[in-house]
Amino acid sequence: MPQQLIQFKESASQTAGPYVHIGCTPNFAEISGVYEEDLGTRMLIGDAKGERLTIKGRILDGTGTPLKDALVEIWQADSKGLYNSPSEMRGSSDPHFTGFGRCATDMASGEFSFETVKPGRVPFPDGRLMAPHVTFWIVARGINIGLHTRMYFSDEAGANGEDPVLARIEHRHRVDTLIGKREGDVVTFDIHLQGDNETVFFDI
Amino acid sequence: MSNRKPETGAFFQRDRAWQPDAYTPWYKTSVLRSPEKALLSLGNTLSEMTGPVFGHDLLGELDDDLIHNFAKPGESAIGPRIIVHGRILDERGKGVAGALLEFWQANAGGRYRHKKEGYVAALDPNFGGCGRTITDEDGYYSFRTIRPGPYPWPNGVNDWRPAHIHFSVFGHGFAQRLITQMYFEGDPLIPLCPIIKTISDPAAIDQLIAPLDMANTIPMDASAYKFDIVLRGRRSTMFENRMEGN
Ligand SMILES: [Fe+2]
Repeated sequence: MPQQLIQFKESASQTAGPYVHIGCTPNFAEISGVYEEDLGTRMLIGDAKGERLTIKGRILDGTGTPLKDALVEIWQADSKGLYNSPSEMRGSSDPHFTGFGRCATDMASGEFSFETVKPGRVPFPDGRLMAPHVTFWIVARGINIGLHTRMYFSDEAGANGEDPVLARIEHRHRVDTLIGKREGDVVTFDIHLQGDNETVFFDI
Repeated sequence: MSNRKPETGAFFQRDRAWQPDAYTPWYKTSVLRSPEKALLSLGNTLSEMTGPVFGHDLLGELDDDLIHNFAKPGESAIGPRIIVHGRILDERGKGVAGALLEFWQANAGGRYRHKKEGYVAALDPNFGGCGRTITDEDGYYSFRTIRPGPYPWPNGVNDWRPAHIHFSVFGHGFAQRLITQMYFEGDPLIPLCPIIKTISDPAAIDQLIAPLDMANTIPMDASAYKFDIVLRGRRSTMFENRMEGN
């Protein structure tokens, strides 16, 4: 027998469950006094560079009902297209921008919302530029493994048209499920877990 | 954090046969919350290879002590005192340094401190149920808590969750993001649980069961359970960041 290649398997995911807020946003869950502030509450620290935007939306189940117990995380580049990450080798990102946001969906309306800046363009591995986008990760009761997707911007039709990731989507009408609709400073992005408008989710 | 150069390679493809499927009708809530179309497979880009990393300045003194972090001064949470410890590794067996772990759990009676929780078991006024820590240079972590109780939940008419602790883990790249649960060795509810049954490979289930670790038990104080978590490994980039001919 040859040597073994990989000795370890990734731990299996389990649902975040209905009480994910206790661990991830305890202040939102009214468990106060343990952490000063919930992680990922503020993406802008002082004077972040770039265009200020609000990204909001809902996550809809197979009947069109918004999830009121989900947790949404986003990760994005700063206005110049740099990530706030030790593995970012192209330069230093804006010190006033974290790039990471976390939001529990509202217990009444199901809405999530992030105050952020519009990300710059980031290169694909072959050097072509991707269109500005925000990475989404969604967990909730009933979701066995976190769902990865991306939001692009409706005011970037040109860049979206040459984006190498969007180009991979075979059924072209589904591209629209990844486009956040921008009106003024607000970008609305509803995520459909099932149905005709099911959002494109990634195995990435 | 260590002086090692940050790694920048793509993560190994996720083994979707080992991971739970989205649609698992015996766990009823999954039925309307599971994507029906195939996931779009894509090699990692910078957007997934990078990820947020958190510094130790995030942590408060009692963040890793659930026995005391919600308790009134001089009091403590009720229940069997335990230490949970282990390593965050990647699929190559490398320790993941600087990984943020968040954990949450029910109290010793199986009751969560949450608005939407309706189980009759009593709240413990000295137990909040959340904690967090960051791994050291070798990927090692530990925290102190009480052993959570099992609890019934509305799915079938009489389904019970085995005792468990929820874990959320940030590695070094957003593609490594993982939420899972830790179970306790010997719990007879494990093989009956619809949520555990979303995992089809028995070896993948075993990997989520923490053994009693007598060697690390603190005499007359707290017993210990060892729980390692494995995140996706990543390619070495030695030959990756150079274009052909350059
Ligand atoms: Fe739970």
